[in-house]
Amino acid sequence: MGIFDVYLLEALINGVLLGGVLALLSLGLNLVFGVIDVVWICYAELIMLGMYAMYFLSRVYHAPMVLAAAICIVTVGVLGVLLHVVVIAPLLGAAPINQLLATGGVLFFLQSAATILFGIEFKNLGVRLPVLKVAGMFISYARLLAFGAALIGMVLVYLFLRRTYTGTAIRAIAQDRQIMTLMGVDSRRIYVITSALGGGLAGLAACLLVLQYDVHPFVGLSFGPITFLICVLGGLGNFGGGFVAAFVFAEIISVGGLYLDLEWGYVFAFAFFIAMMFVRPQGLLARRS
Amino acid sequence: MRRGPAVLGAAALVALPFVYAAPYPLHIAILILIWSFAYTSWSAMGRFGLTSLGHGGFMGTGAYVTALLWNRGGVSPWLGIPVALLAGALLAVLVAYPCFRYRITGHYFALVTLALGGIVLQVITATRDYTGGSLGYTPERYQGGSSLYALQFGGKTTWYLIALAVWAAGLYVWYRVDGSMLRYALEAISEDEDAAAATGVHVTAEKLKITVVSAAMTALAGALYCQYQMFISPDTVSGISVSLQMVFAAVVGGLYVALGPTVGAVITILMAEVLRISVGTRAVGWDNLVYGALLVVFIVFLPKGILGTVLAHRQR
Amino acid sequence: MLELTRVRAGYGSFQALFDVSLEVRRGEAVGVIGPNGAGKTTLMRVISGLIRPTAGSIVMERVDLLATPPHRIVEIGIAHVPESRRLFPRMTVEDNLKMGGFLPAARPKARRRFDFVYELFPLLRERRRQLAGSMSGGEQQMCAIGRALMSEPKLLLLDEPSAGLAPVVVDLVFALVQRIRAGGVTVLIVEQNVQQVLRIVDRAYVLKAGSIRAAGAAAELRDSAIIREAYLGV
Repeated sequence: MGIFDVYLLEALINGVLLGGVLALLSLGLNLVFGVIDVVWICYAELIMLGMYAMYFLSRVYHAPMVLAAAICIVTVGVLGVLLHVVVIAPLLGAAPINQLLATGGVLFFLQSAATILFGIEFKNLGVRLPVLKVAGMFISYARLLAFGAALIGMVLVYLFLRRTYTGTAIRAIAQDRQIMTLMGVDSRRIYVITSALGGGLAGLAACLLVLQYDVHPFVGLSFGPITFLICVLGGLGNFGGGFVAAFVFAEIISVGGLYLDLEWGYVFAFAFFIAMMFVRPQGLLARRS
Repeated sequence: MRRGPAVLGAAALVALPFVYAAPYPLHIAILILIWSFAYTSWSAMGRFGLTSLGHGGFMGTGAYVTALLWNRGGVSPWLGIPVALLAGALLAVLVAYPCFRYRITGHYFALVTLALGGIVLQVITATRDYTGGSLGYTPERYQGGSSLYALQFGGKTTWYLIALAVWAAGLYVWYRVDGSMLRYALEAISEDEDAAAATGVHVTAEKLKITVVSAAMTALAGALYCQYQMFISPDTVSGISVSLQMVFAAVVGGLYVALGPTVGAVITILMAEVLRISVGTRAVGWDNLVYGALLVVFIVFLPKGILGTVLAHRQR
Repeated sequence: MLELTRVRAGYGSFQALFDVSLEVRRGEAVGVIGPNGAGKTTLMRVISGLIRPTAGSIVMERVDLLATPPHRIVEIGIAHVPESRRLFPRMTVEDNLKMGGFLPAARPKARRRFDFVYELFPLLRERRRQLAGSMSGGEQQMCAIGRALMSEPKLLLLDEPSAGLAPVVVDLVFALVQRIRAGGVTVLIVEQNVQQVLRIVDRAYVLKAGSIRAAGAAAELRDSAIIREAYLGV
C-alpha cells in the first residue's frame, strides 16, 4: 500500500467512526420529528449544553467519566422535556413554521446564554486518549470509543422501540396519531417520553463529542446543519434512511477533509446533497403527509 | 395608505438629515434602514410560507462578492453590486429549484436553507486566505474614503439618502408584488399546492420568482452594508444569527404587513444599542438572549407580530 | 349498558348528529344503519371519544363518558374498530395486536388474549410477522377486529366492517362477529350493508342525516318500508 492509500483508508475508517456519531444525532432528531412532527432546530444547542455539562462535571467537579456521562444524559433528557413542555406543547396546533421559528428562538437563546455564562473561549475536556496505530494508520481511541458507544446507544433505542409497550406506542403514533386514544395511549405522555429520549440521545452524543472536540457556545453550528441535511436526505422520520445518510455524509466530510480544509468537507457534503435532490428525489419524499 | 400623511411622512424622512445632522442618530437611522430593507426582503418570501432560515447566506454573498471584486479585481461596486446580486440570485436558484421541483416544502425547505446559510459561512471561513475568514474583511479605501466611483462616502447624509432610497425601493417592490398575479398565485400555493397546480399555476416557477427577488434584494442589503460599514465578517453578515435575526424582526414587527419588518428593525437595532450602551462589552450575547426569548414569546402569543396585531385590532 | 341521550355533535360549524338517543343492552348486538353521510361514523367517534359531543350525554354502565378523558374510555371496556381499519401500516400484525393490548390492565393477560385472537383468526397467526399495510382488505379487517379484542372489551364498536370488501369476505367477517357476540361481547355495528347486518343483530336504528328515524327488532325492519325510504327517499 502506498502512503496515499494509507491516508485514504484512514480517512475512510474515520468516516465510518464519524458516521456512527452522526447517525446517533440524526436518530434523536428523527425520533422527535417522527413522533411529534416538530423539528428541534436547537438540537445541536442541546448537545452543546451537554458538552458544557461534561466539561464542568469532569474538569471542575472531578466526577468520574462514567458518572459524568450518566448525569449528562439525564440532564439533557430533562432539558428535552422542558423544551417540549414550555415551547413545543403550546404550539402543537400552530403552523409548522411557527414551531420551527420557536425552536430557532431557543437556539438563539441557548447560544447566548452559553456565551454569557461560559464565555466564548474554547474549552477542552483535557482528556488525552491514546491514538492507536494500526497497519500504518492512526486511529484515535476517542473516535473508536465514540463509535462503539453510539452503536450501543442505537441498539438500545432499537430494542426499546421494538420490545417495550411504550416503544411500540412511539412507533405507532408516528404512523397514525389520531387513533392512539382508542388503545388507551395518552399522546401527551408519549410526546414527553419521546422528548426525554431525544434529549437523552443528545446527551449521549455530547459525551461522545466532547471527547474529541472543544466546546464553545457556537459548536452547534459545526454539526447542526449537517444533521439536518442527513435527516432531510434520509427522509425526516425515517430512521433507516437517516442511518445510511449519516454514514454517506460522514465519508464525504472525512474524505473531503483529507484533501482540503475541514470546512470544504462540509461544502462537498452540501453540494452532494443538492446533487442528490436532483438524482434521487424519492429519498426526500419519504415524509409524512 | 392615504395620500396626505404618506407624502408628509416621506418628505419628513428625506429632510431629516438636513435638519438634524448629528452623526450618531443618523448612523442608527442608516442601520435601521439597511436592515429594514434586508428584513423586508426576507418577508417577501416569508409571508407566503416560504420560510428561509438561511438568508444570511445571501446577505453574506452580496457583501463578500462586492468586497472581493473591489479589493482583488479593482471592480467598482457600481459593477460589483449587480454581480453580487446575480451571485445571490444564482445561489438561490441552485438551491431552491431542486427544492421546489421535488416538492420540498415547509420543514424540509427551512432546514435546507438553514444548511445553506451554514455552508456559506463555512465557505467564507474556508477561503480565509482570500476572505480573511472569521477575522473579517475590509474593502480598501479609495481616495480617502469619499468617492462616487468606489461607492464610499464619508458623510452620513449621503449614506442616509442612499439607504432611504433603497428602503423605499424595497417597499415599492413589496407593493408591486402585493398587487400582482404573483401574489395571488403564491397565496394559492401556500394554501394548497396541488389545488393551485390544478388550476394552471406554475408552482415551481412562481416560487422561484419570489425566491430570486428575495435573495437578490437580500444580497443588495449585504452589499450596501459592506460599503457603509467598510468592514464585514462572517458573523455579522451571514451565519445563523443573521438569518434568525431576520426572522425574528419580521415576525415581531409583523410578517404580512409592508412596514412590519421595518418596525422589527427599529426594535432590534434600538434594543441592541440600548443593551450595548447600558451593559457595555458584556452585552455580547445579551441581545441575542433577549431576541431568542422574545421570539419564542412572540410566536406563542403574538404570531402576527406587533404591527400585524395592531392592524388586525384596528380592522375590527 | 350504553346509553346515548340527545347527543349532538359535529365538525366545526358542520353539525352531523342531531339529538341522537339510543341504547345498547348487555349481551345485545345492535345495528345502526343508514345511507352515506348519515353520521354513522361520527356516532362511533363520539362514543369512543375521538370527538366530543356539543350536547347530550353518553353513559356506559353508569360511567359518564363525557367526564372521562378520551384515552381512558377503552379502560371502561369500549373498543372501537375504526372505519377503514386504520391499522398501523408499517408495523407487523403482531405489533398491531400488541397495541390493542396496550392498557396496563390488559398486559398481564396478553398471552391469553393473543391465543384468543389467533384462535378466532388463524390467518393472523400465520401472518403475524407480516406488515399490516401489505395485507388484503379482508385480512386487515380481521386484524383490526383482533386488535380491538386484545383489551377484552365489554362493548365492541364496529364501523362499517364490510366497507371495501368482497361479498365472500363480508360473509366471513359477519360470521366472525357472530362468534364474538356468542362469546359474550356486546356489539354495536354501524353499516351501510343492510341485509348483512340485519341478519346478525337483534335490534337496529335507522340513522339518516344525523337523526334517528326509526328503531326496532331486526326482523321487523328487514321488510319494512322505512329502510327503503331512508336509503332511497321513496
